[in-house]
Amino acid sequence: MTALLNGLFDGISIGSVLLLAALGLAIVFGLMGVINMAHGELMMMGAYTTFVVQNIFKPLGAPWFGLYIIVALVAAFFVTAIMGLILERGVIRYLYGRPLETLLATWGVSLILQQFVRSVSWMLVIGLSLFCVLFFGTMTLLARRRNFQRIRNWVLVILLPLSTGIAWNVATWVGGIYKLPVTQPWFGAQNVDVTAPGWLRGGLKLGASQVPYTRLFILGLTIVCILGVYTFLHRSAWGLRIRAVTQNREMSACLGIPTQTVDALTFAIGSGLAGIAGCAVSFLGSVGPNTGQNYIVDTFMVVVVGGVGKLVGSIVAALAIGIANYIIGTNALGPFVASVPFLADFFAFFANASMAKVMVFALIISFLQFKPAGMFPQKGRTVDA
Amino acid sequence: MLRAIKGQIQKRPRLFEGIGVVAIALLILFAAPAILTAMGQEFRVNMLGRFLALAIVALGIDLIWGYTGILSLGHGLFFTLGGYALAMHLKLQLPEGELPEFFTLYGVKELPWFWKPFHSFPFSLAATIFVPMLIAALLGYLVFRNRIRGVYFSILTQAALIVFFNFFNSQQKLINGTNGLKTDTAKIFDVYVGSDDVQRILYILSVVFLILAYCLSRWLTSGRLGRLLIAIRDDESRVRFSGYDPTGFKVLVFAVSAGLAGIAGALYAAQSGGISPKTMDIAFSIEMVIWVAVGGRASLVGAILGAILVNFSKSILSEQFPQVWLFFLGGLFLTVVTVLPDGFVGWLRTQGVDQVRSLLGRRRLLTYPSLAEDPEVEYERQNLRN
Repeated sequence: MTALLNGLFDGISIGSVLLLAALGLAIVFGLMGVINMAHGELMMMGAYTTFVVQNIFKPLGAPWFGLYIIVALVAAFFVTAIMGLILERGVIRYLYGRPLETLLATWGVSLILQQFVRSVSWMLVIGLSLFCVLFFGTMTLLARRRNFQRIRNWVLVILLPLSTGIAWNVATWVGGIYKLPVTQPWFGAQNVDVTAPGWLRGGLKLGASQVPYTRLFILGLTIVCILGVYTFLHRSAWGLRIRAVTQNREMSACLGIPTQTVDALTFAIGSGLAGIAGCAVSFLGSVGPNTGQNYIVDTFMVVVVGGVGKLVGSIVAALAIGIANYIIGTNALGPFVASVPFLADFFAFFANASMAKVMVFALIISFLQFKPAGMFPQKGRTVDA
Repeated sequence: MLRAIKGQIQKRPRLFEGIGVVAIALLILFAAPAILTAMGQEFRVNMLGRFLALAIVALGIDLIWGYTGILSLGHGLFFTLGGYALAMHLKLQLPEGELPEFFTLYGVKELPWFWKPFHSFPFSLAATIFVPMLIAALLGYLVFRNRIRGVYFSILTQAALIVFFNFFNSQQKLINGTNGLKTDTAKIFDVYVGSDDVQRILYILSVVFLILAYCLSRWLTSGRLGRLLIAIRDDESRVRFSGYDPTGFKVLVFAVSAGLAGIAGALYAAQSGGISPKTMDIAFSIEMVIWVAVGGRASLVGAILGAILVNFSKSILSEQFPQVWLFFLGGLFLTVVTVLPDGFVGWLRTQGVDQVRSLLGRRRLLTYPSLAEDPEVEYERQNLRN
């Protein structure tokens, strides 16, 4: 029995990470019908932000170092939120009503982010910012001209290679002068480690077993995030607007709700939540450019099982998937069916982390036979619900 | 009467198309290897053979995504299954009573039951096609039956891919886990698969199967079925209201495309010296979609072109500048989706000629010049599109 309870707690703690990661995804998917394949990479960015904040706080010494988590959480939220905002304004906005294309485009963004983290260095940053200043600056200046629409294509054809060339040459020139301090990648392709502050090490003794504080911290963080999102969605004016657009976009637009602003805001918040999730994930193990990839499929499954109608769907789905994964993976049911050899063999076959995923996927597919739109579907009378 | 006229009208382009296909095929078969060898790039011939195999997958993806509007992110699964089916047969070409060498590493004494039928060559060939088809049909039926579609379906195929990846990766005792099955040291008809002769035959086989796949896709998409598929893509609800049940057609086309992926996987595995779960990587399956997107959705030639072009640029770019490849690929995804939604061939078909002319300074033909060149109208067209 204690094994089962232990499994339950471990499952909940896995589920809480999943939930934290899936929360932003679910809100965005509910509102815009868009699956953000770069969500995992935004998490990875949050984790790297935590790493950077930690390195800034390290020289400050003991009392301050313990507090870096709070700064890191806030920083991760805002960094990823701003990235999400750029992503929405720069790409997704143009792909309205084409969810499959959006999926591909965000995958492209995720590839770029992965490689960016690997090879980001001062040289790259200088080149990129120079390019942005040159290209977008000239475009804004030229946009004031009256005949801009007519010359736009020409401007693009000339300006794009020109600014790329200037930025590239200046960056390589700077790299040639200052050598290694400028050209060395910040993080490189290796994984980086985030050390938890002193008060998060160790664990809480519960009977025979020990519950690590980091797990409890993540559980608490998840609860705080859910409460925060819930309050925001149900108690604030913008939350009301978000819910309205989620339910019926055309009608909301007719009633004067600025749907584009709502989209941008929601996407930013969803990305910010990914950043917080990334911050949490960084305490569970080392962080690398591919960290995000480990989470995307599981978080998508949470969205599929939970449905997009209510927040509670994501919560139940995440916990259910987490617990199911854990119970099947550790063969916690094994002792109960030991008397039936066939069943015992069956459960033993699935008793490791990767085979548990196989079983959980089969369960999800069979669940979708009864509830195709998830646990809490969006209610409505349209055919294309 | 009407039918007779229609037949006559259609016959001409068909004939031209047939001649074109045969001409290009002959070119790839005889000219391409000779030219590449003359350039001192002999290894590229084998590469081209593999990319031709990948073009078969691209055709399958084009069938379901370009024509039917189903985006599968899990075609690597069917590809790998096809590859494994052939590789298992090749692994079993041993003297009586001997087991493939990796089994002894894990202490397996007896051949697992599902390996036994792969002793037979016809069965293995059938399995490369029908095992992926069966799995696709089952998955497709269970999902489409509930009217799950769009992004949901894409995510589910991706999850299926990951699930099979985990399964293949963790079962060392059954199928050698992460290492996969090596085929180049195995024998087929008493010749090593890695030898030049077999590789040459495989190259020819790739071309032949690509043509067969093209003809099959062409046949599927040209008649009434093709129109129905396009209708499902454009408005599935309306198809349902007009009395069709889209489920069966979607399952059929998904299964066909999986079968094509299976053939491609087998050809690819035999030409690249083995198959491993690595081809079930998430990234590889999404890359398959971008081949089609670059070449042109709903254009079979586009799919083939896209697969070959993207793969060659991948091999060249990642040889020269390994760091740049992911940036390039990500940028490719973004540009194709935002700027060229119909791919290269689609662009050529619709507006390419016009745009090139206008860039060269020629004016385009306008129906209402005063309206079309009015800056206000232009502004609205640019910014107020919903």
